[in-house]
Amino acid sequence: MTSQTAHAEPAEAAIADTTAIAVDVDRVSKIFRGETEVRALDDVSVGIRKNEFFTLLGPSGCGKTTLLRLIAGFEPPTMGAIRLGTRDISRLPPNQRPINTVFQNYALFPHMSVAQNIAFGLEMLGKPKAEVQRTVDEMLRLVRMEELKNRRTSEISGGQQQRVALARALAPHPEVLLLDEPLSALDLKLRKDMQIELKRLQHETGITFIFVTHDQEEALTMSDRVAVMSAGKILQVGRPRDIYERPAERFVANFIGESNFLDATLSGGTVELAAGGRFDVRVPEGVRDGAVSVLVRPEHASVRSGEAAEGETGATVENVVYSGEATVVHLRLATGEAMKIRLANAPQGGEAPPQTGGAAAIRIAPGAVTVLKD
Amino acid sequence: MAETTTPTPTETAAPALTAPRREPRGYSVRSLPGFAVIAIFTFFALYAPILILVTYSFNAGTSLAIWEGFSLRWYYQAAANEAVQDAAIRSLYLAFCAATIATVAATMAALATTRTRRFPGKTMIYALINQPLMIPEIVTAVALLIVFAAIKVWTGHTSMIYLIAAHTAFCVPFAYLPIRARLETMDNTLETAAQDLYASRWLTFRRVTLPLMWPGIVAGLMLAFVISLDDVVITEFVKSAGQETIPTYMLGQLRRVVTPEVNAISTVILMAGVILVALFFRLTSRRR
Amino acid sequence: MSAQAETPFPPGALEREAETADTRRRWLLSLPAIAIIVCAAAGPLLVMVIYSFLTPGDYGNVKWEFSLEGWMNTIVQRDIFDDTLIWADAHLSIFWRSFSLSLITTILTLIIGVPTAWFVATQPPGRREFWLFLVTVPFWTNLLVRTIAIQELIRSEGVINLVLLKIGIIDEPLQMMFTDFAIGFGMTYVYLPLMVLPVYAAVDKLDFRLVEAAHDLYASRWTAFRRVILPLIKPGIIAGSILVFVPCLGAYVTPRVLGGGKNLMFGNLIELQFGAGRNWPLGAALSLMLMAAVMVALIFYVRITSREKADG
Ligand SMILES: Nc1ncnc2c1ncn2[C@@H]1O[C@H](COP(=O)(O)OP(=O)(O)OP(=O)(O)O)[C@@H](O)[C@H]1O
Ligand SMILES: [Mg+2]
Repeated sequence: MTSQTAHAEPAEAAIADTTAIAVDVDRVSKIFRGETEVRALDDVSVGIRKNEFFTLLGPSGCGKTTLLRLIAGFEPPTMGAIRLGTRDISRLPPNQRPINTVFQNYALFPHMSVAQNIAFGLEMLGKPKAEVQRTVDEMLRLVRMEELKNRRTSEISGGQQQRVALARALAPHPEVLLLDEPLSALDLKLRKDMQIELKRLQHETGITFIFVTHDQEEALTMSDRVAVMSAGKILQVGRPRDIYERPAERFVANFIGESNFLDATLSGGTVELAAGGRFDVRVPEGVRDGAVSVLVRPEHASVRSGEAAEGETGATVENVVYSGEATVVHLRLATGEAMKIRLANAPQGGEAPPQTGGAAAIRIAPGAVTVLKD
Repeated sequence: MAETTTPTPTETAAPALTAPRREPRGYSVRSLPGFAVIAIFTFFALYAPILILVTYSFNAGTSLAIWEGFSLRWYYQAAANEAVQDAAIRSLYLAFCAATIATVAATMAALATTRTRRFPGKTMIYALINQPLMIPEIVTAVALLIVFAAIKVWTGHTSMIYLIAAHTAFCVPFAYLPIRARLETMDNTLETAAQDLYASRWLTFRRVTLPLMWPGIVAGLMLAFVISLDDVVITEFVKSAGQETIPTYMLGQLRRVVTPEVNAISTVILMAGVILVALFFRLTSRRR
Repeated sequence: MSAQAETPFPPGALEREAETADTRRRWLLSLPAIAIIVCAAAGPLLVMVIYSFLTPGDYGNVKWEFSLEGWMNTIVQRDIFDDTLIWADAHLSIFWRSFSLSLITTILTLIIGVPTAWFVATQPPGRREFWLFLVTVPFWTNLLVRTIAIQELIRSEGVINLVLLKIGIIDEPLQMMFTDFAIGFGMTYVYLPLMVLPVYAAVDKLDFRLVEAAHDLYASRWTAFRRVILPLIKPGIIAGSILVFVPCLGAYVTPRVLGGGKNLMFGNLIELQFGAGRNWPLGAALSLMLMAAVMVALIFYVRITSREKADG
């Protein structure tokens, strides 16, 4: 059994039953044989649903681009099957797959105008002239590029190129749109705008989006579901909230957001922290009673100065860092473990945060403790 | 002049108190003593002989040494010379055929050998294509003489086909060079994108690859044309009787009394060459 | 998602299929070029190997009888009177002339080519293109025409003699045509761009901050040139030297026009066997020898450049 099925929330499992699968990646491996053998994808299985905004998230070199290239048909898999719905497309060349790609460097044809670029796919499909014309105009409107339709692609800005690439890939109305880090070349402001724009486009067109990024914030804000990848494997698939709050493994927790990892003992649905405190937890499949590692997000706990009372854990304040909307308190527990806690900043004059060197009491919110598989 | 911590020969020779010798453009590590003089001499030496040749082609007199005034006499004479006309037409025809075939073959070969993993035989194909560049022309010429002589005797056929084949072969690597260079600077993902947008292999080539590599192809064609037009050695050995090209005609003339007519023909060839090379330069250096 | 893998193809099969198809397509695309070159360049070279082991025909061409005479005659010859083998002095002196003139030409082009390349490469970017163009134009213009231009210059009634006579340095025209000097002079002129271009490329790549560092460490201009610049542009200099030396060794047109009938070089000796000499096997053997000599030079070059690459 793969990890993602094990961690599907009950609610999500219900969706999975009722929603049709758009792209079914079934035990796919990809091995590049060069001077050394690179296992770019290692027995990957994932089902991407119709009309879903699905994100592949992972560090550089984990195989995100490779998975996209396999789905698009630019490269054959070494093993496994890729299905579109229930149809096997492993042998279908890329020009016969109803899948389009927005390339990381946009790959706009430099010898064609903006409009010609957008029309290209429609022409290749042999659509009548009038229809091509109409769709191109519609696409230009959709990405708000009407005025620049006759420009050369080298004469428009990066953000505009990005939108042309998007329009070009959307024009043939594919079943699935693949986007390989389409925003990584843009500056922060433009990036935020485009994130919203992409969401809007996905909503308006109803096309399945498979989006690649290594920016966790981008993944969390935009996606319906996220798959976290590492070293050619998919570690966890789930809604952004599940991924963030219930990471299955230490890698996922570490990769997304800030984490405190604490030692604990698990016995029958309850963990007892080494540093003190008992919590009811959901026990992931495959984890036995005994010593475990648990995760507490820095904002899921609070801290105040003073000695620990009942239900609190004592610690020493090592450092207090003010960072605008929050203050991060670095603490040392009695067990020697380090922990940081993020406190939202109230207007000045409110309760003062603990002082460096002083004693502090930590209160962990119920449900904030997540047992990790490893 | 800025203070330099480096003791140059001039500075060590002239103490700081005396007026330092001026280096008007400042101290540059790029200038080396005497190099500019040699360079200017080189350029003079490169062009002086050519200029003299061109000048005497306009000489009114028969002499190659004494200037007797400007005239186009030798140009008219060369143009009216049936042997020259014949050779010129043959040269152009030959260069046209050879360059065209060579460019088509080189374009296909460049597509096959660039932008790829190592495939079985790649090195061999590459070595074969460049083979004519490695071997001295005289060796190839003699080898062709041997083989073509046998074929001519055997078939009794002595058309231009032998010259065209020989010229095409040594034009291929020259046409290949700029086409390959162009392909290597081209972005692979453009073709991937075309295929992604439902273009078949052929349409991808027609609509994306070909338009983008076009400048390279034209440059290759021009280079091949010039190379074919200039060839003497291989042509001299492969041609059948009565198949003179302009260069072999001139080589034959050199054995006899030299008249400024040869200068006039040379000048025309030079001009044609310069124009083609200038165009070639424009084509290959105009990349964004 | 099926838990059971039902792969529609054996592992790796699709990749192998794609690779095979790709390789086949690439071979097919290369085929026309390969065919042309095999028929009209590489193939005939192999035929020539066979010819070098045959017996010369009476009126040129060959008789199909095996013989080693062709190869032997390249360096020895039978004495007409007592049939003993003696060194073929005529051939040996031609080999020596080819080698020494090629070497001298290479050195001359080095001496004037390196400063020229340096000059061009250190011009401000705008003007550099222009100078580079000036070097390149002769390279692409007709070799025969350039040789004729040299002939015009050094003939007895040529411009040089004319000027010298006018000034009164000489009373009688100097005989420069048909000498080794004429060949060396002509080849230097003709092949100079082949030296300048690769050296230019090397200087162009040179990081001038290294030169500045040398000056900063108290090197004089000359020392900096010798100790820093020269080692760094060495690959370009080696490339240029090979590019000049190799065509000199096989030169045919320039020695024929400027050397006349007596001062033969390797290329002319080969031609002779197919003309008046009527000894095709000898000609074939000589051609193969020349080819081997050129190959040795090229392999030497490849060795050096690949070692430079490995070092860098
Ligand atoms: N054509 C190829 N040949 C050999 N190895 C490859 C090839 N393409 C990818 N790889 C290797 O496969 C692994 C996965 O690469 P991939 O491009 O899919 O990573 P990625 O997740 O997209 O990374 P990034 O975020 O940097 O784009 C890497 O180790 C890479 O070096
Ligand atoms: Mg990638």
